[in-house]
Amino acid sequence: MSNNILRVEDITMQFGGVVAVDNLSLEVNEGEIVALIGPNGAGKTTAFNCITGVYEPTNGSVSFCGKELLESYPHGKMKKMYIGENAGRYTKRIVPTPDRITQAGIARTFQNIRLFSSMTVFENVLIAKHMRAKQNLFTATFRLNHAEEEKMRRETMELLEMQNLAHLKDEVAGSLPYGIQRRLEIARALATQPKLLLLDEPAAGMNPQETQELTDFIRQIRDEYKLTIFMIEHHMDLVMQISDRVYVLDFGKLLAEGTPEEVQNNPRVIEAYLGVSEEDA
Amino acid sequence: MSKKKNTIISALLLLALLAVIMVLERTLPPTHIALTVLKKGCIYSLVAVSMNLLNGFTGLFSLGQAGFMLIGAYTYAVLTIPVADRASVYQYFHGGVIQFSVPFFVGLLAAGVVSAIFAWLIGLPVLRLKSDYLAIATLGFAEIIRAFFQWDVLGPITNGSNMLRKYPSFTSVSFPFIVCGLCIAVMVLVINSSYGRAFKAIRDDEIAAEAMGINLAKHKQMAFCISSFFAGVGGGLLAMYQSSIQSMTFKSSMTYEILLIVVIGGLGSVTGSCIASFLFIACSEWWLRFLDVETYIGDFKVPFLRAGFRKVVFSVIIMAIVLFARKGIMGDREFSVEGVCRFFKNLGKGKKKKEAKE
Amino acid sequence: MDFINKNLPYLLAGISVGGQYALIAIGYTMVYGILRLINFAHGDIFTVAALVLVYSSTIMPLYLSIPLTLIATVILGLLVERVAYKPLRNAPRMSVMISAIGVSYLLQNLALYITGGLAQTYPSIPFISNSIKIGPATTKMVTVVTPILTIILVFVLMQLINHTKIGMAMRAVANDFETSRLMGIKVDNVISMTFVIGSFLAAVGSLLYFTNYASVVPTSGAMPGLKAFVAAVFGGIGSIPGAVIGAFIIGICENIIKGLGWTTFSDAFTFALLIVVLIVKPTGLFGEKATDKV
Repeated sequence: MSNNILRVEDITMQFGGVVAVDNLSLEVNEGEIVALIGPNGAGKTTAFNCITGVYEPTNGSVSFCGKELLESYPHGKMKKMYIGENAGRYTKRIVPTPDRITQAGIARTFQNIRLFSSMTVFENVLIAKHMRAKQNLFTATFRLNHAEEEKMRRETMELLEMQNLAHLKDEVAGSLPYGIQRRLEIARALATQPKLLLLDEPAAGMNPQETQELTDFIRQIRDEYKLTIFMIEHHMDLVMQISDRVYVLDFGKLLAEGTPEEVQNNPRVIEAYLGVSEEDA
Repeated sequence: MSKKKNTIISALLLLALLAVIMVLERTLPPTHIALTVLKKGCIYSLVAVSMNLLNGFTGLFSLGQAGFMLIGAYTYAVLTIPVADRASVYQYFHGGVIQFSVPFFVGLLAAGVVSAIFAWLIGLPVLRLKSDYLAIATLGFAEIIRAFFQWDVLGPITNGSNMLRKYPSFTSVSFPFIVCGLCIAVMVLVINSSYGRAFKAIRDDEIAAEAMGINLAKHKQMAFCISSFFAGVGGGLLAMYQSSIQSMTFKSSMTYEILLIVVIGGLGSVTGSCIASFLFIACSEWWLRFLDVETYIGDFKVPFLRAGFRKVVFSVIIMAIVLFARKGIMGDREFSVEGVCRFFKNLGKGKKKKEAKE
Repeated sequence: MDFINKNLPYLLAGISVGGQYALIAIGYTMVYGILRLINFAHGDIFTVAALVLVYSSTIMPLYLSIPLTLIATVILGLLVERVAYKPLRNAPRMSVMISAIGVSYLLQNLALYITGGLAQTYPSIPFISNSIKIGPATTKMVTVVTPILTIILVFVLMQLINHTKIGMAMRAVANDFETSRLMGIKVDNVISMTFVIGSFLAAVGSLLYFTNYASVVPTSGAMPGLKAFVAAVFGGIGSIPGAVIGAFIIGICENIIKGLGWTTFSDAFTFALLIVVLIVKPTGLFGEKATDKV
């Protein structure tokens, strides 16, 4: 398929002697909602951290919108220790910092919410506008950028209104209820004007009703902002309802991929989730 | 109250303060201790706010402030000593190598710029470090800078370990007040700008800030250089105030004093830092002076009172604040007219409630 | 041979100073290992130990005042921990560090008040103040005693940490503060023990260090304190063998630099070393790497 927006190739992440993500390759197409599932400790969040530049992968490459975003190969100490596959295949080191990746158009949320807890809701979203504003330290300090600043504030307000958070705009983010913090984190990610949104367990800690609301919300933002969504999730109802395709990860390796139905009926997936009983093995 | 109205009232208050200072200057004898406190307090406010910008607003625990002040003080002094006096100041170094001098305001600006350039160079390796490692590294750099400026080989420029003097200084109070006021105003503008918000984001959560597209290295470097620029200007002003300087003055204990001022005022509060600076200087130079004098009431000699006791009492008070009032005077709030009004209103309400209960 | 003859005194002085730094550095490294706190007051405790000996030796014989100094220093260390650090156990790390700076400021001012800012003559302790000839160099007995005593004390300390119950508790607390508390370890006792050991070693270090000097001023402890601290960072803060090795390296290098006639830079060298270590390997020679979970 040629309309893929995110293409992950042979990503391996090795910490010391432990391979957390093992030769993972996947694709996400434009406009899709794709889920990454797997048991705890399967390496899902590590995979996200590799894509968003929080970790430098040990080996492999990621391209975004047809352009190479990052690439790495085992170097330094890892040269000798590397036990993954495709060792000689990648030869370049392109390792952008997370902010470059956000600027390229990939936004993310975190598994354990990371808001700027001492700031207000409004400021939390406003910060996301900082990187795309046309300004420098001098113009910003002496308020020569007031048109730009005005625009940032207006856009922030519009976004908050659309997300039904406008009435909370002066609340301190750290004091909000959990569900609203989750929504605020998504709103903040949207404010960076991404093409691709990575959600790390957006429904964690939500009850069934909240989960249902979240399902509608994710669909709605996808349509409204013409987004592609790639998410990690444990709530199977949510995953099965919403995803176009599902990738299953186990022990760092890709176990299966396909439509929700295909994955649901895949015996290897069932095995990974439920385990094999003594007699069967 | 609207934002504009608030700004106007604050500006008026500052002008009124300036007027009061000018009146004091005319009426008090020129050697009065209150004037000393005001002068030194202004300079310490500037340096404390510059440290707060880094430690309180950006969350970078840096202990290099004395080093940057030293660079500022030396830059100012070296550049502004009149050519005619250089032979006597640099008597051990044949009049030094620099044979020109610049007006004082150029000197002050240069003090900031040179200090910011040093900060930029030091920041390249150091700002990658986290919390306490950053503290140690900046503390170490401040000590290295001090040793460097004492080095004999640099003597023709820095006068080695000898004093620098005879450069232009000031006697009025309004001069440091205006210069420091302007500098602090610029820092406030930075803090309230889009960049200031980015600094606060870095303080709250580095990883999230990075995920919002904020370039950590660039913004930390920015905060570090701005802070050092103003510390440098502060150093220049301190040199002017003392009318002679030596690198021995700028020991790490100076950084500690400034840090304690920032903590007493409240990490993340500009007005807090200013208030705390004046209180700190007033206590240590003026109000607690009586503790240093042996006093007799009748025939009874008051125990403990002798030279040095003031500082002991003073440090006990500081420890008490650090331990029991951890947020300092202002916390992370700012002093504002509105805030004061609200405070008194709440006080009134509290009273009324009490009365109603009774 | 000529080269050795010329440099031997500096080398000997370096080993001796290195041993004294090591004794102070252990205090820094143990406290950091357990509380993740740079105990800025440790250098001042070292100074206070010297002052206690100065004053006590004027009113009692040395065989009484030396044990008194050791005890008083230990009590001071405990007191500092109880008053300044314990109330902040759950506060952010920055607050505790600020409190440490506050204590350092207080102790310095207290010392200044008591001494009146005047240099106090340090008593000469018999035996270790005696002169001794090693090869072509004449030096004080303390030069020989220090490294030996340091190695013995470190050996005893390592035995204590590796083979006793309190040592095991210390290692557990250093590893995971919260979990050890859940496992029923009395964390506060362990922390107190750390301060007792650290202060005791600092007091011993102080006895040895100031024997080389004629007098003590309130700020004389600041430099050796900072250098010992750099030694602890250099060796990997939290690691005891690291601190000892780091201290010896710093002591020796510093004295050789003095021997080369670069005295101005002997202090700066220590800090330059610190910066290089922090940039190349922030965890030091033997430190463990801490990772942030995202």
